Amino acid sequence: MDFKLDKAHQLQQQLFRNFAETEIKPLAKDMDEAEAYDMELLAKIQKCGFLGIPYAREYGGAGSDTLAYTLCMEEMSKIDASTGIMISVHTSLCCSCINNFGTEDQKQRFLRPLIDGSKVGCYGLTEPGAGSDVQGAQTTAVKDGDEWVINGSKIFTTNSGFADTCVLFALTDRSVPAAKGMTAFIVDLKEMPGISVSDNIERMGIRAASNCIVSYENVRVPADRVLGQVGKGFKIAMAALDCGRIGIAAQSVGIAQGALDEAIKYAKERKQFGKPVIAFQNSQFKVAEMQTKIDAARLMTWRAAVAEDNHETFGPLAAMAKLFASDVANEVTRYAVQLMGGYGYCREYPVERAMRDAKITEIYEGTSEVMKMVIAGSMKLK
Amino acid sequence: MSKDIFVIVEQRNGVVQKVTKELIGESVKLAGDLGEEVVAVLMGYNIKGEAEQLIHYGASKVLVLDHPVLENYTTEPYVKGIVSVIEQFDPNIVLFGASSIGRDMAPRVAGRVHTGLTADCTRLDVKVENYQQYLLSSTSMSLQPEKVAALDKSDRFLKMTRPAFGGNVMATIVCRKYKPQMATVRPGVMEMPVKDTSRKGEIIDVDAGLSMDDMNVEILEVVKNAKKEVDITDAKVLVSGGRGVGGSEGYNPLRALAAELGGEVSSSRIGVDSGWIEKSRQVGQTGKTVHPNLYIACGISGAIQHLAGMESSEFIIAINKDDQCPMMNIADLGVQGDLKVIVPMLTEAVKAYKAKQNAI
Amino acid sequence: MKILVCIKQVPDTAEVKLDPKTGTLIRDGVPSIINHDDKAGLEAALKLRDEVGGTVSVVCMGPPQADVALREALAMGADEAYLLSAREFGGSDTYATATIIATALKKIGYDLVITGRQAIDGDTAQVGPQIAEQLHVPQVSYVEELKADGEYMIVKRQFEDQAHMLKVKMPCLLTALAELNEPRYMTVKGIVEAYEKPVTVWGFDDLKNDLNPEWIGLKGSPTNVFQSFGKQLRAPGTKLVGVTPEQAVEAIMAKLIERHII
Repeated sequence: MDFKLDKAHQLQQQLFRNFAETEIKPLAKDMDEAEAYDMELLAKIQKCGFLGIPYAREYGGAGSDTLAYTLCMEEMSKIDASTGIMISVHTSLCCSCINNFGTEDQKQRFLRPLIDGSKVGCYGLTEPGAGSDVQGAQTTAVKDGDEWVINGSKIFTTNSGFADTCVLFALTDRSVPAAKGMTAFIVDLKEMPGISVSDNIERMGIRAASNCIVSYENVRVPADRVLGQVGKGFKIAMAALDCGRIGIAAQSVGIAQGALDEAIKYAKERKQFGKPVIAFQNSQFKVAEMQTKIDAARLMTWRAAVAEDNHETFGPLAAMAKLFASDVANEVTRYAVQLMGGYGYCREYPVERAMRDAKITEIYEGTSEVMKMVIAGSMKLK
Repeated sequence: MSKDIFVIVEQRNGVVQKVTKELIGESVKLAGDLGEEVVAVLMGYNIKGEAEQLIHYGASKVLVLDHPVLENYTTEPYVKGIVSVIEQFDPNIVLFGASSIGRDMAPRVAGRVHTGLTADCTRLDVKVENYQQYLLSSTSMSLQPEKVAALDKSDRFLKMTRPAFGGNVMATIVCRKYKPQMATVRPGVMEMPVKDTSRKGEIIDVDAGLSMDDMNVEILEVVKNAKKEVDITDAKVLVSGGRGVGGSEGYNPLRALAAELGGEVSSSRIGVDSGWIEKSRQVGQTGKTVHPNLYIACGISGAIQHLAGMESSEFIIAINKDDQCPMMNIADLGVQGDLKVIVPMLTEAVKAYKAKQNAI
Repeated sequence: MKILVCIKQVPDTAEVKLDPKTGTLIRDGVPSIINHDDKAGLEAALKLRDEVGGTVSVVCMGPPQADVALREALAMGADEAYLLSAREFGGSDTYATATIIATALKKIGYDLVITGRQAIDGDTAQVGPQIAEQLHVPQVSYVEELKADGEYMIVKRQFEDQAHMLKVKMPCLLTALAELNEPRYMTVKGIVEAYEKPVTVWGFDDLKNDLNPEWIGLKGSPTNVFQSFGKQLRAPGTKLVGVTPEQAVEAIMAKLIERHII
């Protein structure tokens, strides 16, 4: 057992760290204020291959692995959690579906441009009436000749404001429960008539991310865009979320580490009662405790990532990592603000943003409650 | 027997550069310690007229290599000329300015004659006593005084001291095995000698066997810098801006203050790297070494690389929000505050003071 | 075109600190990077290759840990990498370093050699020209622009007050300024592939037939370190903390008058 990254992973980590410090840091605050992602930054991210990290080179990917992807997620999220979620949704939710369930033809046509840096993907599952409980899903797809006709709307579709490709889940059989009557489709958000994307939904955190309502009105999708088998969409959706949770766990670790680093830097400079804030034992104990939790979360995340890379069962491991890491992210960011006092609460300092960004990690890609369901489900309790 | 200190003259468009005069001044002192002479090596085309002033600055002899191939600086003809001089005259020491010319030709010369070369020196010593005094007075080291005291006093090798690691460390280099001992010396560091037009010396034409075929590159075009470069090393007052000025606009209040004080604006590296101000105004390890009467550091935290270029200023005032930054710790006067507020107020105060003085 | 790029792995000097007690460098935990000028040289070489074809080989002399600098160069797009590493090479000054590198370059073969102007740890700017001298090829240092023109390179050579556009026939050596370009990032795929490629390691035995052992290493170096030490900073002066702008201006004015600046 080796808890040290090998040299190739260390170099990837260095790349991610440099890139985030150099390219993202100067923009992060402004993107948050503007509630818009910088498209030039996106282009740079694509050029460096950050949108195809764990996918095979034969399809245009980087040929690296899930562990490297978690390193990317952590380093991006240290500086800007919105960049983290943009990469995560694209990689774990959209691309993994096509990679794991697509035909050779679909991989060539749809996966390649997504992972070689030409296009951006998103994932349409959540609906206004169907969050944790997918049974409320209303979006339908009806077969009409060689095409499917899709109607309905999806909410909180991350990246949808600028994404090209969406893996969309719609009910193809309403006579059975959603889990059995759902089918996955690959749709072109920008090219197919009948699709409309709302303005960005106003949110508390990850405000630079694009997150919109996507409405489908008689959208005609050719049959060769059905992903996997008709009626097996739910399994695809859940498998993607297993992958996604590793990314969110890594994002949580990044948010926490970034906030703690900032707060420590500040506490070394800031003097109160005649000495730097960090010189107080209370600060040191608390910081030590926070770093310990972050390290634990990171190791859990790496464990899940390595399990996925080794083709082992990783769903429950990913759920544990996300459950724990998202909790740590919220605790650490809240403490980072506290350590910095009034300045921590000011938007001038990045910990304020980190604290707002942290909350969503307990909610999306399965809430903490759902994580517990997944973990309990794997424990043979019944 | 290798003898005398040779200074390779740097001329641009026929004008002898300041660094050469500084080198002659320093060489005169070293030559005194050695009981040797200072020889200036003047190379160029139609250049002989410049020889006289080199004697006025302290050279005993001037060797002149006048040839059309030397009209513009290119590496090979100059290297060939110097190597020929070294072979003909066997100098003990050869010094170059550490400019983009000196640093181009000196390593090649050293390579060709197979000797050592020390780059970008800021101090030269022959006499061990002087060197000991320097070590004890201006270094922070761990040097045990007894070790310093034990240095061999009869050592007459050139001790060439230079900064390394961006100015974090100083190293003194010697070249004992080969002659000549060679160094490039940083412009602006050695003291400018006083010109004495009554001084007499010898001017000797040297045949280095140069020909037009020595030129192995072709000059297609000479591109003058569009703007006349100000030489901040000449300024008596420098108002210098760093990260804290925030952008190119941020230098305007500094310019206004500099104008009132009869000085120039300079910058730390960040301003130049960010494109806020031209490179020729950069102070520091990768910029220029300055020692004005007054250096006002505005929003410059004082990275070691910057300090290396300005810490020998006569008086340093720092204006910075961060009272703990290195610049505030070395400044003669450090004021904590916002330069954006203080600098314009200071400019007004200077104006008002001058107006009052004029009225009297 | 066969382009060789010489790179050096250096400590990030912005992070190097001195131990106040011993006066020695604290290098622990200081990240190592590819020297800035060298990285610009590598970028220039990669661009040139992409335009006119050929290969880019990267050469680095250093300890075994310098392997990572070569992997980074490969991950940016270099075709092959050589590490020159041997105990015999240790302690080399610029002349001895140039001797070793020039020997390796001759063995590899080249049309164009690009080095950085100077390394941020040593700041000598001597190794490039001294390699050129040993290769007996023309050099142009302080290069801020370059392009290939058949068997010639057209380069812009920077001086303090002007620049020359120069035409130089290959084989030749250029020393690059960091201002030359903005080096590309590695790519993730590039890193994966960099660790699949071999890095050729040459020790003393690999070069010894063409290398005079008297001219390399600590013993063979013409120059030697006599002393090294930390520099004493200026003594601190007066510091005014938490003053109003008015008080600050008043204090500065007093000094300007006292020092006869105004």
